[in-house]
Amino acid sequence: MSITNVRRDFDDLTIQDLLALILILGGFVLLIDLFRRLLIGSLTVSTLMTYLWTGIVDSLYIALGAVGLSMTYSILRFANFSHGDLITTGAFGGWTVAYLIAGVGAADFGSRLLLDADGGASATELGIDVLASPIAILIGMAAAALVTIGVALLIDRLVYKNLRGAGGIPLLIASVGVALALRYIIALVYTQDARGIIAFPPQRELTLPPQWVPGDIGPIASFTVSLHTLTLVSVALLLIIGVHVMLQRTKLGKAMRAMSDNRNLAQITGIPTERIITMTWVIGAGLAGVAGYLIVLDQSQISINFGWFLLLLIFAAVILGGIGSIYGALLGSLIIGLTINISLVWIPSDLNEVTAFTLMILILVTKPDGLLGGVETA
Amino acid sequence: MSTRDLPIPDNGLKRDVLLVGGIVLATVFLYFFFGLLAGVRFNAVVSEVESVIFFTAVFALLALALNLHWGYTGLFNIGVAGFMAIGMYTMAIITASPDGSPAGLGLPIWLGVIGGVAAASIAGAIIALPALRVRADYFAIITLGFAEIVRLSIQSDTLAEIEIGDRVYGTGGGSGISYAAPSNVVEWLFGLVGGVETRDNIAAALAVSETMVDRLVYALIVFLFVAIIYVVLRRIARSPFGRLLKAIREDEVVARSLGKNTKLAKIKVFTLGCGLMGLGGILWYGGRASSINPDSFMPIITFYIFVALIIGGAGSNLGSLIGGFVFAAFLWQGPRYFGVLMPDLDAPSTFYDAFLELGSLDVLPLVVYIADSMNELRWILVGLALIVLMIYRPDGLFGHRKETAAAIDLSSRSDRGDET
Repeated sequence: MSITNVRRDFDDLTIQDLLALILILGGFVLLIDLFRRLLIGSLTVSTLMTYLWTGIVDSLYIALGAVGLSMTYSILRFANFSHGDLITTGAFGGWTVAYLIAGVGAADFGSRLLLDADGGASATELGIDVLASPIAILIGMAAAALVTIGVALLIDRLVYKNLRGAGGIPLLIASVGVALALRYIIALVYTQDARGIIAFPPQRELTLPPQWVPGDIGPIASFTVSLHTLTLVSVALLLIIGVHVMLQRTKLGKAMRAMSDNRNLAQITGIPTERIITMTWVIGAGLAGVAGYLIVLDQSQISINFGWFLLLLIFAAVILGGIGSIYGALLGSLIIGLTINISLVWIPSDLNEVTAFTLMILILVTKPDGLLGGVETA
Repeated sequence: MSTRDLPIPDNGLKRDVLLVGGIVLATVFLYFFFGLLAGVRFNAVVSEVESVIFFTAVFALLALALNLHWGYTGLFNIGVAGFMAIGMYTMAIITASPDGSPAGLGLPIWLGVIGGVAAASIAGAIIALPALRVRADYFAIITLGFAEIVRLSIQSDTLAEIEIGDRVYGTGGGSGISYAAPSNVVEWLFGLVGGVETRDNIAAALAVSETMVDRLVYALIVFLFVAIIYVVLRRIARSPFGRLLKAIREDEVVARSLGKNTKLAKIKVFTLGCGLMGLGGILWYGGRASSINPDSFMPIITFYIFVALIIGGAGSNLGSLIGGFVFAAFLWQGPRYFGVLMPDLDAPSTFYDAFLELGSLDVLPLVVYIADSMNELRWILVGLALIVLMIYRPDGLFGHRKETAAAIDLSSRSDRGDET
């Protein structure tokens, strides 16, 4: 699947333009309606702020998955349907390590190893929150990344390496197989039961401007946030900045960008393509693993298919930004994250993902290269 | 592989029937052999075989529909579950009792089936119009997204209950909707040939229960559908239209530059295939229950059908039949049957307990634990099957069966040219 396959039908351009116009107009009308609702008071500012905040949190964990997916998409040239299950793998692997360290003496070894599959290791008794056992949670996060990287490299060696150059569709099908096998191997060990494995998160009152700002302005706004959400936001932002620096400043980043632009040319110029592929998996899977770990920390629930259900949203984000562009993926994540939350102003909560997928389809149809398409920065 | 090993498209039908028949008979024999060997009751073995027959028919039908999309035309549709859901839910709403909750229209079953197929076709046509503009992997994601939109919509509370007049219609949300099951047709059929006594006589003659006879007859009805669709698709595949489809699969630009309207052909074939998927959904769920809920249309259903199609080899209708059978007998029903055959041993309650026993060099608890988790094991097998097929047998388990796009076999003609 090379980039030259992206053909545009010039005879259809008018219809596409029309659709895009309707899309933009629709967005505009919704924006006006939003202000109207704020003015007449059917929507309070604090509700809107809550939607915005959860939207940003959602977009950050979508972004962690989207960056990795976008990388494997542009360098290995296939839609990796097992990426969601790499997220799940990271969550289970990481939290198992965190449980093993945090709960020494508090619960049976077997119960901790299986993440409370038999109900013998309650999260509250073990003190699984960022204040009670910060070190265990930190080590667990590193373990989440390492376990996922290990699994991804093993899968690459066993499966994808045999299919290099087989074309996008066979690789896609194989990745579905990987997704299924991986998910149910996890289920075999940890059982299929969804369960809460995180203790109630400590809360903090935040005021704007912060209290340490000198002067006597007084609080303008204040809201309560869970420290677990704050952990997710700060780690995710750090990782995203890290990826940006890596891509722009290091030789590896340059090589990756070269490879995603033109693989054969990259190989001719002496870039060790196999090693770059390995590094792609290391970064992509590492981010996926940490994403899974942090999502569970924030939502306190773990189940074997949360990664799979997240995958379609991640795909929506990657496509929205234009496949192959990591900055596009970040932008796409922000749009999807905000869409599924701000759309709650108009529609019931069980239809918000429908909005996200509809938006994805509409964007694909009107602008098949994505919002930042054609800009193959990396 | 030399070109002469390829199946000859013209007079292959007889050999095809023999091949399929042989594989099926051998498997049925194996099911009976191991079942009776393990001391399972005769009726229970027949029940397993009936399930294999039923699911073979269902998966063969769905694989035939998918083959039309992917095998012939190269449209990578991974939203099969969505079209099945549209067909099934339309059927359910048309046939459900007007006094039920949610209420339906209370119309006869045959109208429901036709309505369901029509709704799935229309949905296919609507999604095809925009989706066919984009490239293959984007198309895949659009269809998957569409299937999820369908599933989440029928699951939502908004569409669950819609008041029209003094009745509450709708999809029933997460708890689903009850309907008149297509399997009721069996009762009506027996009514034509002497009523319940006929059925009871057949049951006594075969030494199985009465409900088993009903289920067997229904499975045969589904098979009748498969047979009719197979013949129709075979005709389509050999028609000029079928050759156009294969040309699109091989190189759409060439087909278009020869003056063919490839877009119209793709929309037509997508619509037809989606209608068949709707029919597949109706015959599948309508044969097993009289109520349906959104959980039956998880995205994963689509990949069952892909496995069936890939096993048989995409691009051949016969391959779809074989694939449907192999999938039903060995990946769908097989692990479940294996669980029935296994003697009742006390399985360790967790993986860790089973693992601990390894310390005392006892492998049996781990084996029993894994055998006890047949549900998970089946999924793992499906996943591994996809991977192994893609690496070693991308053309299907039974080799390369893809039919050539040309009306006459050009390869065999050039062979003859070499010999003279």
